[in-house]
Amino acid sequence: METAVFIVCAAIVLAGALGVVLARNPVHAALSLVGTLFGMAVLFLNLEAHFLAAVQIIVYAGAIVVLFLFVIMLLGVDRLEDLSVEPITGQRVLAAIVGLGTFGLAVAFLVNSDIGAFHTKELTLEVSGQYSNLRQIADALFTDYVYAFEATAALLTISVVGAVVMSRRMARSDEAQETAEDD
Amino acid sequence: MIVGVPLPGPTVFGLDPLYTGGVGLAEVLITLFKVGVAFALLMVAVMLMIWFERKVISDMQNRIGPNLAGPFGILQTLADGIKLFFKEDLIPEKSDRLVFKLAPYLSLVPAFLVFAVVPVGGNFSGGNGRVSLFGHETFLQVADPPVGILLVLAMSSVAVYGVMLAGWSSGSKYPLLASVRASAQMVSYEAALGLSLAAVLLKSGSLSTNQIVSEQSVWNWNLWVTWVVPMVIFLIAATAELNRPPFDLVEAEQELVGGFHTEYSSIRFALFYLAEFMNMITMSAIVVTLFLGGPNGPDFTSVGWLSGVLWFFVKLMLFLFFFVWLRATLPRFRYDQLMDLGWKLLIPLSLGWLLVLASYDVAGDRGWNRAAAVIVALAIMAALASLLALALRAARQRRELDPQGEFV
Repeated sequence: METAVFIVCAAIVLAGALGVVLARNPVHAALSLVGTLFGMAVLFLNLEAHFLAAVQIIVYAGAIVVLFLFVIMLLGVDRLEDLSVEPITGQRVLAAIVGLGTFGLAVAFLVNSDIGAFHTKELTLEVSGQYSNLRQIADALFTDYVYAFEATAALLTISVVGAVVMSRRMARSDEAQETAEDD
Repeated sequence: MIVGVPLPGPTVFGLDPLYTGGVGLAEVLITLFKVGVAFALLMVAVMLMIWFERKVISDMQNRIGPNLAGPFGILQTLADGIKLFFKEDLIPEKSDRLVFKLAPYLSLVPAFLVFAVVPVGGNFSGGNGRVSLFGHETFLQVADPPVGILLVLAMSSVAVYGVMLAGWSSGSKYPLLASVRASAQMVSYEAALGLSLAAVLLKSGSLSTNQIVSEQSVWNWNLWVTWVVPMVIFLIAATAELNRPPFDLVEAEQELVGGFHTEYSSIRFALFYLAEFMNMITMSAIVVTLFLGGPNGPDFTSVGWLSGVLWFFVKLMLFLFFFVWLRATLPRFRYDQLMDLGWKLLIPLSLGWLLVLASYDVAGDRGWNRAAAVIVALAIMAALASLLALALRAARQRRELDPQGEFV
């Protein structure tokens, strides 16, 4: 059954990923991304990582893609972009190289590791043992990785404050320009 | 799956004792039965709820309300449903057809799924919530996943898509404005919802809804275990999350025609209507589960599972009436008031309360004086709150002195 679930979810994830790249309409692309994220959540469930699955949906599908949609809707999606012009020269060649490189790394990792593609569940069960997912993650986060955790929190806070400061500056300089033009 | 070999990890199907002995035909049938009963129960409940709301509101407004279809007009919803079903289904010319058709289901399905984790009955005083169904031990809930209550948060965040995409795909400006408004509101209040929930999780020590209810048996309800405030915050945030009055800015008729579903008609409109009321029922059920001990209560019947179901029903009705009462009495909030309430009051308050509860618990674990720990925690919070208030006041004064923001 594990394998069957994996195959179905992998198909959903891949179809969603293709949809993100190929969809003409940005909103359809964002919805395909949601499909991919849901497929990944079920894959996490399949590996007994319940908490990760829930967080995947709450954070990625529930917050991040909603934010994407917000931006897309507010900017308007009626304008079709001209695909024949590259915004940055050499962008497509670079993207192809980076994509192929990442794919190669992933394949190399799968081939070299002794996990194998279809027996990962036994491994996660061994790790999770008798405690719940939540306790495992909390134990790891607040003991071994506490500095990394706190540093990430600080980084996020700084980026939020930075974003607010920058957006306020820009709005102000725009207004100043407008008043200057009016005068 | 190879037949005869038990699954290595039973938790894929949740913690329900039904699945501990492997999954055969009987287990599948019982699960399907539970799903069917939950579905039927919700549909009938929605039908009665719409009638109940109309009747109660008309009573409060000194009117009679629906009184023609069936005794006391109880079949009015059915009549309305049939009428909507046979109306012409219009799809606007400028709409995004695929998304337009998808959106109502994105509203409806999460509302159903949330109900799956609500324990509607069972004897929690000694039996750990187990009941015997066709000779198998099981819980009176469709599923008990280990992440339990997180599923509720996940589904309420998925429900945002229904509203958002409905507004956008209509290809019309009022629905778009309403949906941007609504999704901003729902995303903002999700934070307060989650933080007040965290207080419950701190006390219960588990995410599973069955465990949360078991911890509250029989009179150990989270309402007083978490000292009332989280429940008040949860109720306010839930009302905003449901887009119910006084937070129903999605449907502000005077400004937005009809809200995000202006362009919807016929059965698709009925689906949104259904989802709205279903969400109200499931959210009330979640409040009962989290704060009022779910089916817990003194056993007064000879049949084991009956009193639990009855208690659950009584508590559920309390909240359903509460929501109707709010709608009948409170005027709508202004949008900036809504955002101020959510971000500047509810989120800091629920976070602070969580920290006070945590300090109380830690003091107990370490053998410190609990009262002293709480007082110190409260003093620190008060200092931080006054700093925040000072900063807000300074910012406001500066804005008033320099409205263009030129001299920063």
